[in-house]
Amino acid sequence: MKDKTPKKYMNPYLGGVLLGLVLLAANFISGRGLGASGAIKSCVVTAVTTVSPSAAENSDFLKEYTKAHSGSPMKNWLVFEMLGVIVGGFLSGALAGRLKFKIEHSPKITSRKRLVMALIGGILFGYGSQLGRGCTSGSALSGMAVLSLGGFITMMAIFGTAFGLAYFFRKNWI
Amino acid sequence: MGPLAPMEIISENTNFLLAFLTGIGFGFVLEQSGFSSSRKLAGIFYGYDTVVLKVFFTAAITAMLGLLFFSLFGWIDLNLVYINPTYLYSAIAGGVIMGAGFIMGGYCPGTSFCGASIGKIDALVFIGGLFIGVMIFGAGYSLWDELYMAKFLGSPKVSEFLGLSDGFFALLLIIAALGMFRVAEWAEKKFPADEY
Repeated sequence: MKDKTPKKYMNPYLGGVLLGLVLLAANFISGRGLGASGAIKSCVVTAVTTVSPSAAENSDFLKEYTKAHSGSPMKNWLVFEMLGVIVGGFLSGALAGRLKFKIEHSPKITSRKRLVMALIGGILFGYGSQLGRGCTSGSALSGMAVLSLGGFITMMAIFGTAFGLAYFFRKNWI
Repeated sequence: MGPLAPMEIISENTNFLLAFLTGIGFGFVLEQSGFSSSRKLAGIFYGYDTVVLKVFFTAAITAMLGLLFFSLFGWIDLNLVYINPTYLYSAIAGGVIMGAGFIMGGYCPGTSFCGASIGKIDALVFIGGLFIGVMIFGAGYSLWDELYMAKFLGSPKVSEFLGLSDGFFALLLIIAALGMFRVAEWAEKKFPADEY
């Protein structure tokens, strides 16, 4: 599909309503909202307990986790949901003609710089999502839908900080 | 009637199957809306593309209204729906760190999986970073567990906090969102985007 122009994106307000319905369905089915970083935590917990059970026994973080979650960490709502996200994203990309290996970046920076920034951004986001008990999906979006005070605070902190720092990283994007 | 899993209307395994299907819907809508592109996502911070704001707030409002109406009709018991707890300091500190990660990395965790699913290498690298970040948090937990646990306020609703009814707060949020959408439409005209 290399010579085909990708289809246009969906109207954002329609996309928002559909995403809201998915979030409503999640709450109706499972009594909890959507999430993403929680699935990564499950993977990390599994990896650490498999590779080094002794390290896992000494970790307060993992002890807290196993106290709050019974059973295998991979048998988790968010893990199944995130597997679905990969499938759903792929299906949408395939239908729209957007499947392509690509490093997306502003023409003002190199691919290498883009990847370094993506790595740093990922590390910060991963760390912050643990400290903030959820990311943009689990804490901000899902939290707002159930009117959680913490969800609104985290949402404002995420977007406020990104706006505040935008000037310093403008070359990366515009 | 709902929520189905906490009321034990569906089994644990059915719940996991529905989680997978819900995720497909989540990923599909994110990708269709353009959330697989970091330059589209970052556009909100420069005004050239405000899709994040529009989708995010429309979704939050749709789900919020849905839950309020479902509750009104007796279709869902909101006492069984998880409300994110509020630990004031870590909610702010975590959000600030995530915001910095967002403007540098161009993705958030959910959208990075969406981007990676259609072949974005930068999204894949971002995911690698997420794993490292979660591991750092876990490995150094004793260094920041005080901050993590500080100022626990329970699970208050923002409407309670402001002394408003849920419905009235919802109305205010809708009005605020409509105002932001107007600004967003204006900004997109003022800062036209390059091709990306």
